[in-house]
Amino acid sequence: MDTSGSRQASRTYYLRKNIIMGLLHTWLPYILAGIAVGGQYALIAIGYTMVYGILRLINFAHGDVFMWSGLIMVYLVTVLPLWLSVILVIAFAIVLGTTIERVAYRPLRTAPRMSIMISAIGVSYLLQNFALYITGGLTKTYPSISWLQKTVKIGSATTKMVTLITPVLTIVLVFILVMLIKHTKIGMAMRAVSRDFETSSLMGIDINRVITVTFIIGCALASIGSILYFSNYTGINPMSGAMPGLKAFVAAVFGGIGSVPGAVVGAFVIGICENLIKGAGWTTFSDAFTFVLLIIILMVKPTGLFGEKNLDKV
Amino acid sequence: MLAIRNLNVHYGGIHALRGIDIDVPDGKIISLIGANGAGKSTTLKSVMGLVAKSDGRVFWDDTEITSLRTKDIVAEGIILCPEGRRIFPDLTVDENIAAGAYLRKDKAEIARDREWVYNLFPRLSERTWQLGATLSGGEQQMLAVARALMSKPKLLMLDEPSLGLAPLVIKDIFNVIQKIREDGVNILLIEQNAKVALDISDYAYVMETGVITMAGPGKALLSDPRVQQAYLGE
Repeated sequence: MDTSGSRQASRTYYLRKNIIMGLLHTWLPYILAGIAVGGQYALIAIGYTMVYGILRLINFAHGDVFMWSGLIMVYLVTVLPLWLSVILVIAFAIVLGTTIERVAYRPLRTAPRMSIMISAIGVSYLLQNFALYITGGLTKTYPSISWLQKTVKIGSATTKMVTLITPVLTIVLVFILVMLIKHTKIGMAMRAVSRDFETSSLMGIDINRVITVTFIIGCALASIGSILYFSNYTGINPMSGAMPGLKAFVAAVFGGIGSVPGAVVGAFVIGICENLIKGAGWTTFSDAFTFVLLIIILMVKPTGLFGEKNLDKV
Repeated sequence: MLAIRNLNVHYGGIHALRGIDIDVPDGKIISLIGANGAGKSTTLKSVMGLVAKSDGRVFWDDTEITSLRTKDIVAEGIILCPEGRRIFPDLTVDENIAAGAYLRKDKAEIARDREWVYNLFPRLSERTWQLGATLSGGEQQMLAVARALMSKPKLLMLDEPSLGLAPLVIKDIFNVIQKIREDGVNILLIEQNAKVALDISDYAYVMETGVITMAGPGKALLSDPRVQQAYLGE
C-alpha cells in the first residue's frame, strides 16, 4: 500500500517535471527574446517618462532620436573603429536631444501645453523626413557587432549574446539612475523641479540645467538602447524609430508616466507579452496587443501602475 | 539694504504695479500690508526675477539686481519664502532643508546651519525623514521658513507666513521671525493679517491696487484710523 503510494507520487512528480520542462523548452526562447526586447523598450521609455515628469511633455521626437542614433551608427562604423563609433553615437544622441529641447521646447515653456506638444510632433516629422532625405528611403544594414551576435546556449534554448546582455545592462543602468535620482544633489533638484518650477528656482536651482541633464540621460539611454535593438534587427530605415518609440511610450504610460521604475516594469511586461503572443502563433496581433493594453490602462487606471495620483501641479 | 525704485509690472494684461518705492534697511523688519490682489506678492516675485518688470530698478546695497536671473539673486543673499508654503511634497524634511542650501558649497557651515534651523523649529527635528506632504500646515510653514534660512540669506522675504494657521502657530512663527532679525537677517514681510505684522514691524507700507498709499512706523500705522478701519476691522 505504502510503496505503491510513494511510487504513484514519484510518478506524478516526474510527469509534472516533464510537462514543465516541455513547456520551458517551447517557451524559453520567446521569454528570453521578450526580456531582451523589454530591456530595449525600457531604455527608450525612461527618456519619455523622465521628460514627462519634469516638463509634463510627451516628447514625440524621442523615438526619432533613437532611430537617428541607429542611422549615425551605420555611417560611423564605415570609417571608424567600433568602440569609437559607440561613444560618438551616444554623444550624438545627447547633442541632438538637448538641441531639440533648446530650439523647439524651451522657447515654448510658458506657452500652453498644447503648443509644445505640437512642436514635439513637428520635430518628430522633421527628423523622420531628414532621415528619408539622407537615406533615400532605403533600408540600411545595421553593422553587425560580432560580440553581441555570438550564439549562447541557455538550457535547451540557443540565443544571441545581445539577448543576455540587454536585461543585465538595462538593470544596471536603471539601478545607477535610481541611485542618482535618490542620492545626489542633481537628483534632488530633478525631483524638486518635477513638482514645482517656481519654488525650485526660488531656491536657486537652475531649471534649464536640470532639464538639460534630464534630456542628456534620456537620450544617452535611448542611444544605448538603439545599439542593442538594431543589433537584433539588422535593418534600419527612417520609420524604424516609430514603432519601438510608441511601444516604449505605452510602457511608460502603463507603468505610470513620470515614474522610472514604472516605465521599466511596463517595458518588460510589454516585451514579454509580445513575444509570448508570437510564440502562440499570433504574430499578426503582437503589435495590436500593445495598443489594446494602452486603451485598457487608460480606461481602467489612467495613472498607470506607479503613477502619481495628482498629475496636475497644485 | 534693499531699495526698490519706481517698480512697474504688467501682469496678465493689467498694470499690476504702478511705481512702487520700498526700502528695507539693515537690521529691520519691514512689512507690506494690503488687501488680496493689491500687488504684494507680485512685488516680491518681481524682485526675485520671477515676474518681468516693465519699468523701475532694484538695488541690493550698491549692486543693481534689476535684471539678474533668479538664481543669481539668491546667490546675492536674497530669498523668498513663497505664499502657500510650497514645500516639495515628495522630498523628505531633510531634503527640503537641503534644497534651501542648493547654491552653497561650504559643507561644514551648511551642517552648522542645519543644526541652527532645527533648533529654531524643534518640531521639525523630530520629523527629518518624513515626506513634506505628510506635515501639518503649521509644520510645513516652519519647514518653508527653515528651508529659506538654509540659503543663509541677508534678506528674507516672507509671503503670508500666517496664512491658514492657528493663532498659536502664528505666534511661534512670528517669534522666530524676530529671533532671526536679531541674528542680523533683514526681513520684508507680506501679510494680510495686518495686526500681527504691524506689531513687530519697524516700518510698514500699505498697498492698494498697485500703489503705496501709506507708509510709516509699524506702531504709528496701528493707531492710524484709516488703517484701523480698512485692515484691522475696528
